[in-house]
Amino acid sequence: MNYLLLIYANEAQTTAMGAAALTAMTQEYTEFTKGIIQAGQFKAGDRLKPVSTASTVRVRNGKTAITDGPFAETREQLGGYYLVEAKSLDEAISIAARIPGAKHGSIEVRPIWPPAG
Amino acid sequence: MTANEAMDEIFRREAGRVLATLIRLLGDFDRAEEARQDAFAAAIEQWPSGGIPANPRAWLVSAGRNKAVDRVRREATFHGKVLNLERASAQADAEVFLDEEDEAVFGDDRLRLIFTCCHPALSSDAQIALTLREVCGLSTQAVSRAFLVGEETMAQRLVRAKKKIREAAIPYETPPPELLDGRIDGVLAVIYSVFTEGYAVTSGPKLMNEALCDEAIRLGRLVNALLPGNPAITGLLALMLLHDARRRARVSDAGNVILLENQERGLWNQAEIAEGLALVEESLRLPGPVSPYTVQAAIAAVHARAPDKDSTDWRQIVGLYEVLLRLQPTPVIELNHAVAVSMVDGAGRALDLVESLAARAEVKDYHLLNVVRGSFLQRLERTAEAREAYQRALAEARVEPERRLIAAWIAQIDAG
Repeated sequence: MNYLLLIYANEAQTTAMGAAALTAMTQEYTEFTKGIIQAGQFKAGDRLKPVSTASTVRVRNGKTAITDGPFAETREQLGGYYLVEAKSLDEAISIAARIPGAKHGSIEVRPIWPPAG
Repeated sequence: MTANEAMDEIFRREAGRVLATLIRLLGDFDRAEEARQDAFAAAIEQWPSGGIPANPRAWLVSAGRNKAVDRVRREATFHGKVLNLERASAQADAEVFLDEEDEAVFGDDRLRLIFTCCHPALSSDAQIALTLREVCGLSTQAVSRAFLVGEETMAQRLVRAKKKIREAAIPYETPPPELLDGRIDGVLAVIYSVFTEGYAVTSGPKLMNEALCDEAIRLGRLVNALLPGNPAITGLLALMLLHDARRRARVSDAGNVILLENQERGLWNQAEIAEGLALVEESLRLPGPVSPYTVQAAIAAVHARAPDKDSTDWRQIVGLYEVLLRLQPTPVIELNHAVAVSMVDGAGRALDLVESLAARAEVKDYHLLNVVRGSFLQRLERTAEAREAYQRALAEARVEPERRLIAAWIAQIDAG
């Protein structure tokens, strides 16, 4: 089964990080990603640019409406994701718990529908 | 025993085990429930003429599995599913007839079922409902009544939980050693919630829901038998037994509350007390950290050993509450600690503890706090303040027998 691990964190805190802390964090993510690649669990994963660069698109009655930013103000913002393969929710949770961001933000674990057909 | 009674008895005894094994074989809660129903129906049809089989459990599992395979063949055009079930079916043949390993195999399945129902990815309401429904075999109606929600709401809660188990692939397995302790804590929390909801209902006309206490103790015994030698499990079972032992003495014939100090101790269930006391000692002897359940059970054990309130070893109880507060600093435990302190150092010092607890916002409307505060104030002959505290407690109490007791205290003050 594939799971999407959505990494939420307080963006303001991340932005305020000093250069050294940022390097350390990047290093931790690199290590973690290497680990799940070696374990055969990694399918994809990326860091997202800040919410200030986001646009939201809706199509209503055939008209496209575009607004700035995400649709809701929340304390934590989506900052990145991993797509992993795991044999059960427990395995997905144990991967999620090792994501460096889990220590200060939170990780949402979502099972993915198998492709239709 | 008539043949029908014998069959009923087998169904009652085997229902949980048969379901647990069918869930593993079929990989789906709903299919397993359907299959079990089909198997019981087949037994009702065949056993009266053909006789009850030598191993009814194996018979029921294999009948259920065969019915499920038939059903899937009829329903499914999806090739893979049939293949999977046929593989499961071959596996079942191999396993079901290994009689010697029977108990172990079925025991493992029951444990799997308990851990799955109590999985932390499910909400705690859902964990409790699923456990009562799937492990204890209570009807959806019985579960909804116990928790004062509509049957429709409860049915929805169960459907959603089972759907999450399936869709998110919550594993049907006993957790690996590195996760086991944490997951056992979750299972015990569910069992204890069931017990406390039975022992002290949150609202309604009656003080207790005995059926829930019985289910919780049955679950405790089951988990203790399946995972022997665990101090927390042993401690929880002891705690439940020692409290449940007071059941008959806690409520008067008129349905009124009788406080511990006024209970007729001859009504306490001595068999449960003996079993509880032995379990507390066993739990304390077992290796591993002391569980809060065991400390609470040890406190109940001190009460159980005392012939009356005055010969109770309150000093030991204060000490045990202090241990408990270090393990589990909650308002309820602080309050109980204060009550014990009042028995050793007097109501004045105990009142200070309760006032300091009340000053913290999170417990402001906890009705027992005002009951306790009222009783201390009364002992200190500060009657007007005591009355006010009882009045506040009355405004917050939700259980009828408790409300009557508090109202009686107020009436007593008013009568001078």
